[in-house]
Amino acid sequence: MTKIDNLLDNKGTPLDKQSFTWRELAGKPISKLDDDAFTRVRVILMNGVESDALRLKHFGSRFHKELQLPLAQIRRVEQHQMTSINWLLSADHSPLETTVAYEQVAIEVTAAVAQNEPDPYQAQTYRFGLLEDFDHLYRYAAMLDRLEGKDANNILQGYTDLVPGRPTSEHHRAPGDDLRDNYEKDNAALITKIHAALITGAEYQTHDYYMNIGPLFADPVARALYAEIASVEEQHVTQYGSLQDPAETFMEKWLVHEAMEVYTYASCAEQEENPRLKAMWERFVDYELGHLNLACELFKKYERRDPAEVLAGPLPRMIEFKSQRDFVRETLSREVDLRAHGIDYVPKEKEARPSLDYRAQLNSEGVPANVVSAGYTFKPGTELNEVGEQQ
Amino acid sequence: MSEPQVILGTNRTGVQTSPEGTARQLEATRMFPADVPGDMSVYTAERERAIREADLIGSVPPPATTKGMVKTALDKTIGKAPEVLIDKLGERLAFERTGVRLYEAMVAKATSAPGADPALVETLRSIQADELEHMNIVREAIETLGGDPTAMTPCADVAGVKAMGVLQVLTDPRTTVSQSMSAILTIELEDNAAWELLIELAQKGGHPLIAKRFKHALEQEETHLATVRQFIRTDLLEQVS
Repeated sequence: MTKIDNLLDNKGTPLDKQSFTWRELAGKPISKLDDDAFTRVRVILMNGVESDALRLKHFGSRFHKELQLPLAQIRRVEQHQMTSINWLLSADHSPLETTVAYEQVAIEVTAAVAQNEPDPYQAQTYRFGLLEDFDHLYRYAAMLDRLEGKDANNILQGYTDLVPGRPTSEHHRAPGDDLRDNYEKDNAALITKIHAALITGAEYQTHDYYMNIGPLFADPVARALYAEIASVEEQHVTQYGSLQDPAETFMEKWLVHEAMEVYTYASCAEQEENPRLKAMWERFVDYELGHLNLACELFKKYERRDPAEVLAGPLPRMIEFKSQRDFVRETLSREVDLRAHGIDYVPKEKEARPSLDYRAQLNSEGVPANVVSAGYTFKPGTELNEVGEQQ
Repeated sequence: MSEPQVILGTNRTGVQTSPEGTARQLEATRMFPADVPGDMSVYTAERERAIREADLIGSVPPPATTKGMVKTALDKTIGKAPEVLIDKLGERLAFERTGVRLYEAMVAKATSAPGADPALVETLRSIQADELEHMNIVREAIETLGGDPTAMTPCADVAGVKAMGVLQVLTDPRTTVSQSMSAILTIELEDNAAWELLIELAQKGGHPLIAKRFKHALEQEETHLATVRQFIRTDLLEQVS
């Protein structure tokens, strides 16, 4: 796939043929032990994409009476796509293990996107956020070790490093320093729009997940760490959401979102090793093509414009689901001391007073991320394994 | 055994399946060391602070007045600090009630999972019936003391939290009979110790009749534990022989 035009030539599965059974929705899960970590990465990512598809369409419905029925019809299918994807996570994942997997998604997918992104400012923003999610992984890995006595690498499978990034204690910024400059819809590449929709959706689900599971923990340190990192995830949603052009109409955003869904499912289908999941990703590529085509028809009808105005242009290669270790390390070495000042990225010493004050207040009674990770060094088999470093 | 309960496969969780990735992870820990001084004691200190400041999970509902209590000739006193006994009785009631449901899940497993054994099902049904009987013995004891057997006491609540892991193991369709019986073993081990303690508590509290009925339950639990242990031993030995 190089051009979205090629996708528009394919009508996909008509909406009225997109059906499910309850058994399909709550089908057999993946194996935490035997499936590749990137299979789980794709499951979590696509759950986030579908979650955001529902979210966007619900907001659209609040503003457009004439679109309420088709949006509701597509949402019903997306609800069931999302369920059949999210229910693939097996029950032997503790909420904290799933958290580690969520951060692996954030790191590996954001790193892939940052390298694919043609707009330098947008790419910089992905690298900036990447180093924060990278740090979250380290703090959660420390907690998994020290709370549950488990090795985070049982989840990560050697693909992702477990070391400090930009310290979580310094992520807390005043809202004015979380907003970013947006792309301009008439000048931006399609992939730029797709990336912004994708990463915003992924971060949104991470925020919502932490908000839901944080109170399930009994441990006071765990509860505090989820509270702290959920707050940063809300900042990330603010950051990535502001990359999109507010001048886009709802229908333009809808078209971009559907194109993003096609592109992301196609990336999953291309690289999936588990045959059962590969078949599901392929099926959902066809479902999304059906949604995209319907959205295009409605766009022509109500905006009286050619969807190619929004969707034209080449797409680079698929999202690469692989270890981005070298890119992450390089980014960490070069950019760990960057901070945000308004929409700009500045050296640490040029951070502005509002963020410094905001952070000082929040951190004034202790920092959960520091409590959980004091002196923590990852070792295979956990820090209790005396021979871990020789392995 | 009709099908193996343990298989060799593509487990990817350990360092041996990703030696290069692990080596690079360790390299990273040398390049980017821990940035916050301290150790696990910082975590523990925070827990201790929270414990000192914490509220209790909840309270035991007050028993009805002695006037309303159903007493027997030998159980004339409500004892000292009756809420302790009521709380532990509430725990036992909750535990046995959940136990009935856990055995129901175990029956499904023994019927259909790798390692399924029809002879086991009959034994499990018999234990399940005993658990139901024990639940009713405890309910009657609580009523005798003027307590409310439908209330969830703090210890009952905690018992429910403890049972969550066992419930997850038993109801996951992917777990084997062997794995599930191991989960049952933790339940039976606790059950034995708990009944022993409860008998002592009832006697100290001046309730010899209640204690006597509980002895009957303990005897049955001892049999359950022996049965479960023997099954697990036989099952594992069969798998390796």
